[in-house]
Amino acid sequence: MAVYEQTYKPYTGKLTPEWSRFLIIPRHAFRGVFSSKLFTAFYVVCFLPILIEAILIYFHHNITALAITNLNPRQLLPIDGSFFEYFVFFQGGFAFFVALLLGPPLVSRDLRNNALPLYLCRPFTRTEYVIGKMSVLLILLSGITWVPQLLMFLFQSYLEGFAWFRSNLWIASAILIAGIVWILLLALISQTLSALLKWRIVASGAMLGIVIIPLAFVGIFNFIFLTRIGNLFSLVTLMTNITQGLFGTFDRVAGRVVIGAFDDGPGREILLIEPPLWSSWAMLFVICAICLVILNWKVKAYEVVK
Amino acid sequence: MELSEHSVIRKSMALPASVPDEPIKQQPAYSEPPVIDLHGLSVSFGRRQILKNLRGDLRGKAIGLLGPNGAGKTTLIHTLLGFHPPSAGTAQIFGLDIVNQAKEIKSLIGYMPERDSFIAKMSAVHFVRLMGELSGLPSDAALERAHEALFYVGLGEARYRRLETYSLGMKQLAKLAQAIVHGPKLIFLDEPTNGLDPPARLRMIKLIREIRDSGYAQIVLSSHLLLDVEECCDEILILRDGQIAVYCNLEEERKSNRKFLMLETRGDHQKFVDALAQLGCEYAVSADHRLKIVLQEGIEVRDLYRLADETKVQLRRLSYKRDSLEDIFLRAMENGYGGL
Repeated sequence: MAVYEQTYKPYTGKLTPEWSRFLIIPRHAFRGVFSSKLFTAFYVVCFLPILIEAILIYFHHNITALAITNLNPRQLLPIDGSFFEYFVFFQGGFAFFVALLLGPPLVSRDLRNNALPLYLCRPFTRTEYVIGKMSVLLILLSGITWVPQLLMFLFQSYLEGFAWFRSNLWIASAILIAGIVWILLLALISQTLSALLKWRIVASGAMLGIVIIPLAFVGIFNFIFLTRIGNLFSLVTLMTNITQGLFGTFDRVAGRVVIGAFDDGPGREILLIEPPLWSSWAMLFVICAICLVILNWKVKAYEVVK
Repeated sequence: MELSEHSVIRKSMALPASVPDEPIKQQPAYSEPPVIDLHGLSVSFGRRQILKNLRGDLRGKAIGLLGPNGAGKTTLIHTLLGFHPPSAGTAQIFGLDIVNQAKEIKSLIGYMPERDSFIAKMSAVHFVRLMGELSGLPSDAALERAHEALFYVGLGEARYRRLETYSLGMKQLAKLAQAIVHGPKLIFLDEPTNGLDPPARLRMIKLIREIRDSGYAQIVLSSHLLLDVEECCDEILILRDGQIAVYCNLEEERKSNRKFLMLETRGDHQKFVDALAQLGCEYAVSADHRLKIVLQEGIEVRDLYRLADETKVQLRRLSYKRDSLEDIFLRAMENGYGGL
């Protein structure tokens, strides 16, 4: 079907492997994503904490630099699990804002323009479509979360030696799992809201609300009822507990409150106990399952009116 | 023997589907599997049955799907594309089952949806390229064919424009381009001329006929515009209330109606009609000295001139006519259901 021939002819060349076709969606999506200078600038800013992390690790090991700056290594942060955990949280925050910017229009735009039949009339399943759309976020978020964190871990291992690497391999697994769980959750939630609400602004607002509003409510609930059970209903506290669990810093006793101390007696001490880690994981699975059910319901070539 | 106009048309039709007391024609033995083979296909949405036990095989180069609104045309296409699961029965496309071999089928077909469908914030060439890649074409081949497809449908000059800026007619052409970019063997066109002005409609019809005549692709054209189907298709399936009302091979139909004449007379019309009856012609009288005549074997047009001369009647107009698709369609809406 050459231009000069202007006739219809079939395609007789090679076809791409089926398993790789979901990657077509992120490849084309990135062209649009990075055509926005504002987003590109923000994405670059997301790497600033990584740069700071790299500098800290470097200074920690560079005697000459320490001598020049007249710093004592003990005054610097110790490079251990807590050091990486801190940056995992920090990058998680950036990941949320990237997901907030990119996630909502991904599916909603296709639904609004009836594009789904065009995808699904091809040898391309609904699962591949969802995975493809999620890959847009997963790839970009990986780029600012667990991938650079693992590189920092390897950088530290390189400077510290193989013994450190071997004894702290659990940090790498914690970085990997915490990063993947968080970006998967963000991708799933943003795709679900995008499919459910169709309008970008509404979906963005809902995503912000899903994170912020429960956090406020949970704070009030926990304060009034002197409990930590509410933490199961906020994505932020849920992920905080899971990440702390992975880095070994999770403590079920979140605090102590003394009530009735203003009376004659000494008052009663109440321990604020965090829900067990397994319940946080279970809650996470429930949220993911709900997202998948909604995606399965909404991502269809045509909605059937029964 | 005087016949009503309706009965003349009925006698002249070779429609096994619409004549229940006639035996169903034996299909000739084919080496190739049919384009579409329906095996008691039924589709229900909730309690509502949309398609009811559709049976038959379609082999035409261009198959027209006709029917009034809500007859099930689009549902049939969507089911064949795998968008809706059958509630009973199944269907095959090129011998491949629509349920179990959906992916294989989808690599052989192209689909132009009825509604506005595009991916926002993309130029036409980017959009068609993406569609090509999703069909399995490597990136460079998809880009090359996207340019070619857009030139082919007449959007060559506008291919770098964003789809949102396209007019309705241009969007229809872009939809056609994405349906053919991967060179499918079968193309489903759902109301391709919807909303087009006459020149744009003619262009679309011309493209569909070109694709059909290329011999590389077969076409299923769903439309409620009889003229579109008549101009493009050689086989039609008329649906009514989710059932097959009529199956008709238009080519055979055209051949079988060669001796169907439209006549206009001046003079003693009744004398001429009586003479025709004596000659053994089937005819139907309509208003204003007009006659529809089915010539029997052995009777030629010159016999009509002779009769006219004998009865002192002027023949003002004489033209061969076949049943129009409109006649077939209207009869299908009046008559019962049939299969292939």
